Amino acid sequence: MRVVHSWLAELVPGLPDAATCGDALTRASLKLETVERAGEGLEDVVVGEVLDIEELTGFKKPIRFVQVGTGAGPISGSPISGSQPRGIVCGATNFAVGDRVPVALPGAELPGPDGKPGSAISARQTYGRTSDGMICSSRELGIGDDHRGILVLPPDTPIGVEFATVIGMPDNVLDLEITSDRGYALSHRGVARELGIAFDLPFLDPADVDLPSLSEGYPVRIDDPSGCSRYVARTVSGLDSAITSPPPLASRLALAGMRSISLAVDVTNAVLLGLGQPLHAFDLDKLSGAIVVRRARPGETIVTLDGEKRNLVAEDLVITDDSGPIAIAGVMGGASTEVTASTTRVLIESACFDPVSVARTARRLGLPSEASRRFERGVDPALAPFAAEVAVRMLVDFGGASAERVGTDVDLTAPPTTVGLPLAEAERLIGRGYPVEVQRHRLEQLGCAVEVTGTGLRVTPPTWRFDLERPADLVEEIARLEGYETIPVRLPRAPAGRGLTPAQRGRRRVADALADAGFAEVLLLPFLAGDVADRLGLPADDERRAAPRVANPLAEDERELRTTLLPGLLAAAARNVSRGNPDVALAEVGTVFRARPPADHAPEVPGVAQRPTAAQLAALDATLPDQPRHVAVLLTGRREPAGWWGPGRVADWSDAVETARLLARVVGTRLTVRSAQTAPWHPGRCAELVATGSDGSERVIGHAGELHPRVVSEWELPPRAVAMELDLDQMLARIDTAVEVPPVSPYPPADRDVALVVAAEMPAGQVIAALRDGAGPLLESTRLFDVYDRIGPGERSLAFRLRWRAADRTLTAEEVNELRDTAVRAAAERTGARLRS
Amino acid sequence: MSAPNSSYDPVQVTDLQPEEIDAARDTALTEIAAAGDLDALADVRTRQVAGRGAPLVLARRELGALPPQARADAGKRLNAATRAVTEAYEARLAVLTEERDARVLVDEAVDVTVPAGRSPRGARHPLSAVVDRVSDVFVAMGYEVAEGPEAEHGWYNFDALNTPADHPSRELQDTLYLEPTASQVVLRTQTSPVQVRSLLDRPLPVYVICPGRVFRADTVDATHLPVFSQVEGLAIDEGLTMADLRGTLDAFAAGLFADVRGGSLRTRLRPHFFPFTEPSAEVDLQCFGCGGDPADPGCRICSGEGWIEWGGCGMVDPAVLTACGVDPERYTGFAFGMGLERTAMALHNIRDIRELIDGDVRFALAFAGAGEL
Repeated sequence: MRVVHSWLAELVPGLPDAATCGDALTRASLKLETVERAGEGLEDVVVGEVLDIEELTGFKKPIRFVQVGTGAGPISGSPISGSQPRGIVCGATNFAVGDRVPVALPGAELPGPDGKPGSAISARQTYGRTSDGMICSSRELGIGDDHRGILVLPPDTPIGVEFATVIGMPDNVLDLEITSDRGYALSHRGVARELGIAFDLPFLDPADVDLPSLSEGYPVRIDDPSGCSRYVARTVSGLDSAITSPPPLASRLALAGMRSISLAVDVTNAVLLGLGQPLHAFDLDKLSGAIVVRRARPGETIVTLDGEKRNLVAEDLVITDDSGPIAIAGVMGGASTEVTASTTRVLIESACFDPVSVARTARRLGLPSEASRRFERGVDPALAPFAAEVAVRMLVDFGGASAERVGTDVDLTAPPTTVGLPLAEAERLIGRGYPVEVQRHRLEQLGCAVEVTGTGLRVTPPTWRFDLERPADLVEEIARLEGYETIPVRLPRAPAGRGLTPAQRGRRRVADALADAGFAEVLLLPFLAGDVADRLGLPADDERRAAPRVANPLAEDERELRTTLLPGLLAAAARNVSRGNPDVALAEVGTVFRARPPADHAPEVPGVAQRPTAAQLAALDATLPDQPRHVAVLLTGRREPAGWWGPGRVADWSDAVETARLLARVVGTRLTVRSAQTAPWHPGRCAELVATGSDGSERVIGHAGELHPRVVSEWELPPRAVAMELDLDQMLARIDTAVEVPPVSPYPPADRDVALVVAAEMPAGQVIAALRDGAGPLLESTRLFDVYDRIGPGERSLAFRLRWRAADRTLTAEEVNELRDTAVRAAAERTGARLRS
Repeated sequence: MSAPNSSYDPVQVTDLQPEEIDAARDTALTEIAAAGDLDALADVRTRQVAGRGAPLVLARRELGALPPQARADAGKRLNAATRAVTEAYEARLAVLTEERDARVLVDEAVDVTVPAGRSPRGARHPLSAVVDRVSDVFVAMGYEVAEGPEAEHGWYNFDALNTPADHPSRELQDTLYLEPTASQVVLRTQTSPVQVRSLLDRPLPVYVICPGRVFRADTVDATHLPVFSQVEGLAIDEGLTMADLRGTLDAFAAGLFADVRGGSLRTRLRPHFFPFTEPSAEVDLQCFGCGGDPADPGCRICSGEGWIEWGGCGMVDPAVLTACGVDPERYTGFAFGMGLERTAMALHNIRDIRELIDGDVRFALAFAGAGEL
């Protein structure tokens, strides 16, 4: 909301400067965004009179050489006497001899439009003449965007005066952020009232005008009281449509962000900006029959002021006459009854429309307007007749019109309700006391009627404050006006908390461990294209194809929610590679989404008047997709950097698997690795990650290994990228908290090496498991220290170092040899292993 | 001493003559002194000190051939000579060893400024790191960290938070809905639904913070993301007031920015409007760039304002408490929330918000600690 400082100062005499006002408004919840200085650079612009016009010919466009008189006496700051007419070359033709125009004298530095640098004026040769200054349009003066011609001033404008004084410049514009609960502040009236309170200055209500007594006017009927609580219609006749708005009015509108269009429209806008009452002007001669406010009928259409034909639906509130809809209530008027250059009789509509109805229609039609913005937030229903009267007076004063001695006021406004405010409520919420007189004074400043009773205040809010419905609403106003800075600062003592949950600690350890292990943690957007599952090569029945879809996606081609973190990491890795970083190690911890089978019908949404039942809450939760937290890593290029020490090491499948093991280790979950075949991994280089619960149950929680070559090339990554993804929630649900420390033996260990020949496809993990089972409880560790593939066709050799140790004695060689033989036998029985000879 | 050896012949053993012993000692001492390095000294040791052929060693073997009285005298002389030689040897050995060690250390010197980053560098994302930091600050105050789903039912995201049925924030242009829209499942627009879940799930009093990702129907540009990070706090207890809110926000600022300007940053409240709080306020934080007191007119972070917008807060609206089954006559409480992106951007001079979600390792590794690459 742009408010003009001089306009506010008219309503609050003695108002401090704009910056001070801005601070006060910010403290009062009308947040100052910017202050703009307006009308600077007009120091050497004066009012001149066109004395003679010479049409220059022979040029591509009409050019005039104009003699302008700028009155007697020297011009301030100018060496040139003002008494001599000056010749000025001009390309506009919208003025005649005798007109008063703004003249920029040589030396002037015009502000230019929208605060952009303007032009410096000097006497110069052009079109064969000496142009001794410039006569200006609104835009050249920086007070509007009208560049169609010279700004022609009213004939009674005194010649020779500084132009700035004519339009009340210089001035300041304050741009305020108005929250949705304070519709009243979308007007100079509302803002000025706050300023009056802030500075304890008198506020002159611009709506405080005497209403004339009128006989019944134009027939109006409200058929839909839920959509329209009040409709005032006033009429004027004899409007001279040739008269444009006086420059101060046009300039003020421009400062507030509205273009000057015609006097009738400008007047309605001035009332909207000044009082906050949106008005609409109809050409009275184009109306036929009574005005009826009702909902639109199926199939009805209207051509709006912008020339668009609009299809109306049954919830749209419309203003109609015998011809059908003539305006969309509170949103936009219709073309058929528009005020035009030939209009002489005008009907002013000053009405109060339902916020929800206006909001829905404006949104559906994509027609937000200054009027709809105000109706959506609520317009003071008591204001309608006063706003209409102000508009009528302006049309009479500026437009030569005469007010018809009739008027209509259909008033269905409900009586105001009263709110009880217990005396201690403010202290209960704010933490400091407010004497009852302070509470009363502050509420009365807002316009409330306040009655003090034994236990509290009975408060009737003013008609423009729809937000004051409950005690807490009134407390906010008291605290706000007394100043939030007067609220004490105190730290509550919370009860002892339990700290982070084991899962939260686990997630933090995972994130830290990944960073320590050399991964760059990334946070990626969860929106994916629909073809990602195909690009990953997921089978038709893969659960990762159950992607929830966004109904209103930001980009049409990214409407699915991710079911896996891998596509995001693949794309991010590809970006890194394309930017010249071939060695990439990325990790993400984030939510993935899996759609559940749709319910037969959406559950009934509970109310908010009480706590919903457990069944209602369960029904709501059942509508949500599954949302497990996953962790994933992706590596391409070198895992360990090259340098003077050597060529580094290229990441391979084992880095992905090892990362899973690392994470299981840091959170304390038992993880087993088994070979598997799952997209998007290389079918021969994929491990499934199996977590074991405290009850011994096993669950596959993720996969790791080298990515499928097709997937790698699909994302244009270098060959042999590797990845790991696992369900972090599932892993953290299986933290083995019952850690038992084995006895720490002081006796020496006994090591035995065994080299076993197994079938090439036999997973080492199974051989190790068999060895462990056979080696007995004294086995301390198993280390695979060599894998030799060229042992013979279809076979390979695995060499292990087994270490035994007893807690209570030194093991004998015979004992250990026996244990080794048992272990080898177990491996032979379960995996077909034989000792390598 | 008398005669146990009287049966021995009084043999004269040349090696044991005093002159011979002295000569052998002097030769040994000379060679020890002349040994220039440990190898030479080892050679001297073999020949002169301890080797089988060393004159003093040979002489000792002859001792038994002497008659008792002569043996004792010769033994004394021999011992004295051997001791002198051994001491000289040990001393020389110490000197030469020290010289050798010193030389080795010099020879082994390397250029320790050669970069040796063999292990890959990684880093936490600044947003997830700040979430941990925020959690620590509040856990220290006794709060717990609450979590909830990112795809959330509209009842939690809007209704229970006192958002009117026709509020613009529910519209498709502001809120992302999942299909089918009739099911009213949205990508949560704030972490406030977690507050609702906390009130429904936890026994009173409740002191929780809710960090998490939230979603808005904003297209991506240099200052907007459709997904961003928020942290909200909620305290519901008997007797909580806006004074407690102010104190908590100041403690939060002091804790989160403990290493900025000596942890002195304070907050201020400005009246504002939110459907789920009444009274409501916006929170400003004293500028962590210039401190704000007084503001530096040229400060790039606050543009000379001295304060930066930090978030929203207020006393929890009685309608929210009612919807969660909490008696607003008995309990009061406050809530606050702030976005983390803008704080992170200002702290780290991040000019384009898209860098936060782009996944470029160069961005991430800026947080891998100081030092050259």
